[in-house]
Amino acid sequence: MAATACIKILAPGLQTSVQDLGRFGHARFGVAHSGALDSFAMRTGNLLVGNPEHEACLETLLMGLRIEALSDVLIAVTGADLRPMVDKRLLKMWGSCILEKGQVLGFTQPASGCRAYIAVGGGIKVPSVLGSKSTNLPSGFGGFEGRMLQAEDILFAASPHDKRFEKGCTLTAGDIPFYPNRWNLRVMWGPQDNDFKRTARDTFITATYRASTDADRTGIRLDGLPLERKEDMPESILSEGVVSGSIQVPGDGKPIIILAETVTGGYRKIATVISADMPLLGQIKPGDEIAFRTVSLENARKALREMESKIQRLKKKPLLASDNSNVFAETAQLRKR
Amino acid sequence: MGDRAVVFELGDEISPVVNQKVRELFVGFDRAAIKGIVELVPGYRSLLVIYNPLKNNPQELESLAGAILNDKGASQLPAPKTVEIPVVYGEEYGPDLKWVARYHKISPQAVIRLHTQPVYHVYMIGFTPGYPYLGELPDALSTPRRKTPRILVPRGSVGIAQKQTGIYPVASPGGWQIIGRTPVGLFDPLNQPPALLSMGDFVRFFPISKDEMITWQQRHA
Repeated sequence: MAATACIKILAPGLQTSVQDLGRFGHARFGVAHSGALDSFAMRTGNLLVGNPEHEACLETLLMGLRIEALSDVLIAVTGADLRPMVDKRLLKMWGSCILEKGQVLGFTQPASGCRAYIAVGGGIKVPSVLGSKSTNLPSGFGGFEGRMLQAEDILFAASPHDKRFEKGCTLTAGDIPFYPNRWNLRVMWGPQDNDFKRTARDTFITATYRASTDADRTGIRLDGLPLERKEDMPESILSEGVVSGSIQVPGDGKPIIILAETVTGGYRKIATVISADMPLLGQIKPGDEIAFRTVSLENARKALREMESKIQRLKKKPLLASDNSNVFAETAQLRKR
Repeated sequence: MGDRAVVFELGDEISPVVNQKVRELFVGFDRAAIKGIVELVPGYRSLLVIYNPLKNNPQELESLAGAILNDKGASQLPAPKTVEIPVVYGEEYGPDLKWVARYHKISPQAVIRLHTQPVYHVYMIGFTPGYPYLGELPDALSTPRRKTPRILVPRGSVGIAQKQTGIYPVASPGGWQIIGRTPVGLFDPLNQPPALLSMGDFVRFFPISKDEMITWQQRHA
């Protein structure tokens, strides 16, 4: 059946792109993973609209995105609280609802976090390139024409949405993540932590760093105390594969948290963020404070299992009738502004 | 490193011998097709294995690595290919050719002769999709990176840095000295495999004229 036009971009905001869980298996050819930086928010959004959790969503940065529904669209907004408004009413996040034909959803200001996700029931129709619908922004392929969305772009639904979810579905309040301005990120040492001075390792786990404005989907450069290499260690190493979440230290000693748009690098990595905290990296915004804490492999796995159990709980959650009664619950609060 | 990756380091130098070991390990892991492994990234001297922390154990992967390296079945590795790559050297395509020539106190023609002489080994693919790290340049052509990297290096640009040479498959920022450009496509996400070159392959450059490049482009349009 013919695809339905579902969303028109009125204003693209700072950066909006189509992302799914990422493009894996091609790093041997230098192909980065791309994908939603906050995969927890993205997977949750999909489940709330009845999609498979890996379906492509929109990822939008900080503010400015405005979209118009071209048909009745089942959506869920998750991730950063960017004050999503529908017709001057604040939309309740982490729940699904129908955006009616002609209604406009706008992201007005960053209240907490950095990236919001808009899941669309039935998924967004873009071709799968190298096994993924994610946009590789630096190299310009995948997603919607290999680029960020622009005003006047029209998105089509991949398939009709699941009608059962029209009643609305919400994530259990206790499972909604909190995005602070001061982050405690859990890491494990390595792979090259031994190339740094003892004092640098101590600094790394005691100092507070600040996320700089030099940040994109490739990485976040941090300001703070420099981390010194041992005297006999040159500035760079022979280029090698890097995993996202690794914290590499270039010549100036200021750490960079690697995100999703690179798979190789030539600097030493002092530590790596654990899998359970990876989704949080997508929510760090310039100016946020960051402290690092080391954990054991055992605890890292335990944390990941806890995160996965939230996803499993949502998968098993029965659809409640009239669950969307308070989709606009925060309206009163908004009028006070 | 972290809870979802291991790096196997097989040496600490740019050497075909070390890189061959990386390739053995890479191919061995690829053939083993272990459930849970999400990515294998070969580097100059190391292999990064990214795995699912809820499915795999680093110990299990380490013992597999040991078994692969002890198995002397290296002769069964897939045969590497040799790819001949045409390059227009200098002028607008190679804005740093003259600087490189002056740096070494030789003529631009001598730079081209030196660059087209070796059969280069593809040590790894990285930096951007399809970008081959090739080695090694003749000593007489070993050149430092540009002091200020370029914000945008055009697709197809051929660069040199220290004892390495490489080709920019997509337009990207870059700090290497750009001496020429090739019309050959090195990366197409719609192809399988998406990259022209794989680690372990061999590359030879040969010079062509501007007109030959245009003809080549028309033939492949």
